[in-house]
Amino acid sequence: MGGWRHIKGITAYLPKANVDTDQLIPARFMSAPRSEGYGDYLLYDQRRDAYGQLDPSFPLNIDKIPSVLIAHRNFGSGSSREAAVYALVDAGFQAVIAPSFGDIFSSNAVNNGLLPLRLEEEDHAALVLCHKAQPDLPTAIDLDTCRLRLGSFECLFTLDETWRLKLINGWDDIDMTQQYLSRIDMYRERNYHVTPWVWPKG
Amino acid sequence: MTQPRTLLDKLWDAHEIFRRDDGASLLWVDRHLVHEGSHHAFAKIGQKQIRVKEPNLTFGVLDHYVPTNRVGIQIDPSIPRMMQTLRDNAAMHGFKLFDTTHQNQGIVHVIGPELGLTLPGLLVNCGDSHTSTHGAFGALAFGIGATEVAHVLATQTIWQRKPLAMRIKVEGTLGPSVTAKDIALNWISLLGADGARGHAIEYAGSTIEALSMEGRMTLCNLSIEGGARFGMIAPDQTTFDYVKNRRYAPQGQKLEVAMEDWLDLKSDPDAYFDREITLRAEDIAPIVTWGTSPEQAVPVTATIPVLENLEAPKAEAAKAALEYMGLEAGRPLIGTPVDQIFIGSCTNGRIEDLRAAAEVLQGRRAVIPGLISPGSLKIKAMAESEGLDKVFKGAGLEWAGAGCSMCVGMNGDLVAAGKRCASSTNRNFRGRQGKGARTHLMSPAMVAAAAVTGTICDVRDLLSGKTN
Repeated sequence: MGGWRHIKGITAYLPKANVDTDQLIPARFMSAPRSEGYGDYLLYDQRRDAYGQLDPSFPLNIDKIPSVLIAHRNFGSGSSREAAVYALVDAGFQAVIAPSFGDIFSSNAVNNGLLPLRLEEEDHAALVLCHKAQPDLPTAIDLDTCRLRLGSFECLFTLDETWRLKLINGWDDIDMTQQYLSRIDMYRERNYHVTPWVWPKG
Repeated sequence: MTQPRTLLDKLWDAHEIFRRDDGASLLWVDRHLVHEGSHHAFAKIGQKQIRVKEPNLTFGVLDHYVPTNRVGIQIDPSIPRMMQTLRDNAAMHGFKLFDTTHQNQGIVHVIGPELGLTLPGLLVNCGDSHTSTHGAFGALAFGIGATEVAHVLATQTIWQRKPLAMRIKVEGTLGPSVTAKDIALNWISLLGADGARGHAIEYAGSTIEALSMEGRMTLCNLSIEGGARFGMIAPDQTTFDYVKNRRYAPQGQKLEVAMEDWLDLKSDPDAYFDREITLRAEDIAPIVTWGTSPEQAVPVTATIPVLENLEAPKAEAAKAALEYMGLEAGRPLIGTPVDQIFIGSCTNGRIEDLRAAAEVLQGRRAVIPGLISPGSLKIKAMAESEGLDKVFKGAGLEWAGAGCSMCVGMNGDLVAAGKRCASSTNRNFRGRQGKGARTHLMSPAMVAAAAVTGTICDVRDLLSGKTN
């Protein structure tokens, strides 16, 4: 997985709070292998009308492919399904901006190169206003400076330093953890002797 | 003198292998529970040609996709494939699998405790958000995503930033038919579905101490619905009594050592919590959700909120939710017609839940269809030995096999579009129980009452004539 430092992307706006991961990808699609691509499953039931046709009035059903999503509070709450992130990433998103995110969703997002960008309510409201006024303007996000810009609106955002580095470098945790193997083995050894009850009875 | 520590501090310190300069901790994982949904993670380690590092600490169970053996339910071809994939992974990596033919098969968060895999002081991970359930034993238990599952499979460790500590104290005696489910929905309705985001919750107080392990599991289970990845309760005699003599629990000398360690698993008297909330048990009524988020919940006797009384963003969310739910603002919940009921899930599929439902259904008929799926085959056998299945079937309800079933509908147990279901589960999200399904969360006894009257009603009215 490659990392990224800057994006400037078409912006989509989903004016709803509590968009949980069951909405982001209904459970019935989660048995598919990732190689088949999850983009079409994104918000599957909400993007379509009763006949299964894409509803042109739904915010994500725009001509251009957006890469930045402005959402509302508690985005990605609920189920730990990483498939919700796969659906966003495979649909082309690199960042979701909201006042708050589900904790598990945020970790999953960073592990797949998707930035969960948390903005204070005030900045978020200003961003939404700006987007509504000029929906065609792209959103620029810079991970080096943690700066976001959309038209005349500009603000700094805070981002966990580990997450920032992971997003920039596209790091994989399994590879990174290899350097700590001896520490892990030492812990295991001590744990085995000091708290023998921890190990399940055979 | 050492700093007073919270239960979270103690569990964290005991599992921290290493803390990086950026504050992220590498934690040792004592139990890793996997299910059919873990297929992405196995595919990831497969690509890297990595084997499961600690197969003896890894346990698999078929639950999410397992058909509950109901007559006339269409089984999607993907279901047997998903189940077989987990079997293949268990065989390839050499970890124990509780298959559908095993007497201990059931929902991962039900069988972990049942088998004594869940113990006080452990760190438990599973690729499922309701892993917070295991915190009821004084364990550090949290749900993780597929990439993290792959990391645990490969290294038996997890990177995690320590959450803030939050304590929810509940004091006093719960009223009749008020349960752990109601304690949970109550605080979530007060603080919001993201009210505890970034925090690990410790539940404490006399009401919590009086809860059975089943009740404690229900409460910790629902922590994630209020945004908390972790819920936990300090272990006490109730915990120790539950754990003793379980299949994988320590015995003899090991148990004695364990008990000594476990007695220290509580927050020190002066430990600092970043956030603290105290609630009175007497103020809690049976709660029912009216919307599409667990925070959209009120006491059953209340009316659905009037939109004008809510803040702007909440009013918008409420309007959309009510439209989806086919309900009107300002109307009473009692009397709302229900099409069907479901009792089961990792939240409320345990023996105590089935007993509570049977108490309401005893000698009565359900006027709407309903499905009851025990949380495990062990619970199924126990319920049948107590004759509960006869009560359910006698009431006209369907008694099925064990699994996640209609809570998430992956196995084909679905609620049809537009149908209203009174459900003992954990999520009333749009489409959770099926596309267009309308879910009302409530306790198992409240669900049973809805079955009897065909409407949302107050179970206390049905039980007041009975002996207790």
